[in-house]
Amino acid sequence: METLTLLLQLAWTFFLVGAFTFGGGYAMLSLLQTQVVVAHEWISESAFTDIVAVSQMTPGPIGINAATYVGYSVLHEATGLQWMGVLGSGVATLALMLPSFFIVLAIVKFYTKFKDSSLFDGTMGWLRPAVAGLIGAAAVILVVRVAWAGCVPSFSLVRENFADWKSWCLLGAAFVASYWGKVNPILVIVAGAVLGLLLY
Amino acid sequence: MEGKKVSLLQIFAVFAKIGAFTIGGGYAMIPIIQREMSRRGWISDDELPDIVALSQSAPGVMAVNISIFAGYRLRGVAGSIAATLGSVTPSFVIILALAMFFSAFRDNPWVERAFKGIRPVVISLIAVPMINMARKACTSWWKWLIAAASLLLVAFLNVSPIYILLCVIVLGFSVTYFNQKWKR
Repeated sequence: METLTLLLQLAWTFFLVGAFTFGGGYAMLSLLQTQVVVAHEWISESAFTDIVAVSQMTPGPIGINAATYVGYSVLHEATGLQWMGVLGSGVATLALMLPSFFIVLAIVKFYTKFKDSSLFDGTMGWLRPAVAGLIGAAAVILVVRVAWAGCVPSFSLVRENFADWKSWCLLGAAFVASYWGKVNPILVIVAGAVLGLLLY
Repeated sequence: MEGKKVSLLQIFAVFAKIGAFTIGGGYAMIPIIQREMSRRGWISDDELPDIVALSQSAPGVMAVNISIFAGYRLRGVAGSIAATLGSVTPSFVIILALAMFFSAFRDNPWVERAFKGIRPVVISLIAVPMINMARKACTSWWKWLIAAASLLLVAFLNVSPIYILLCVIVLGFSVTYFNQKWKR
């Protein structure tokens, strides 16, 4: 019974994520994170970070990869059964795609109307900056967490993602390589793994 | 596209191939889709930009949206289901295999050390597309304000991104609508 509730919660969560993801896989990560890590506490920050890494490195769209992985982890953690994990990943992935079906098929019907709507363009002009901000929030939440006691915030570093000072060097190096060096993300992750093996 | 009907199995197979060779998200998928579609004469090169643009602006995973769109063009709703299942299947199988592997090996010291190095790197890899996106999308100071406010509200005040998106959609739609009305 509890497992069924969990499955339904998982399906609803991923349906919402699918309906509100604007602007690709990274935009989805912030939604997914606030739902799965912060609101439901199904998986930890470090487990989530690992899932992002694996999703980036493996073939297929990041969003689908992450959904499959999260669905597996949540059900597997809760029940300890592998086949339940498989079921969880199936439910998560299908629920994630479901809103797209309705929306895209609706767009197909109104294709021409939709295409030159300045109203649509105007709204997207507001939406895109917000999505960028949300992606930024996803990165911030993997670094610090804020707890509020009344109006007093207390900040705590996400220790699991930052083992020591070397972690900060890795973060900086990856940023330089990716932002200015335009190095392929997969290569950056592989370099991170190799350096992790050498440094720790 | 005219004349001979494309079989659902064929659609599934082509999109499975596309899914299997896409590494790193929807954008990496575009050139592969283009090659596969134009080679078969399924979708012409000048139609594709429209499909991509619409798939980007529709909510959801972009790769899924493109598959639904392209599949629909080929065989209607059944085609869109075949295409979507095709593009998702390789991911699904590979990730499941990896997830099972990692749930068994997560405590392995080698895996743990590798991930100690990977975790901080991933954060930068999320930050970089955010900055690129913000620089492109924030064309005026108040758009920077929207971006900053969304970031702060979600990261520090634990507001759900869904509420923020809903507010911005309503606000953006109303402002654009009334702007157009007054200009007339």
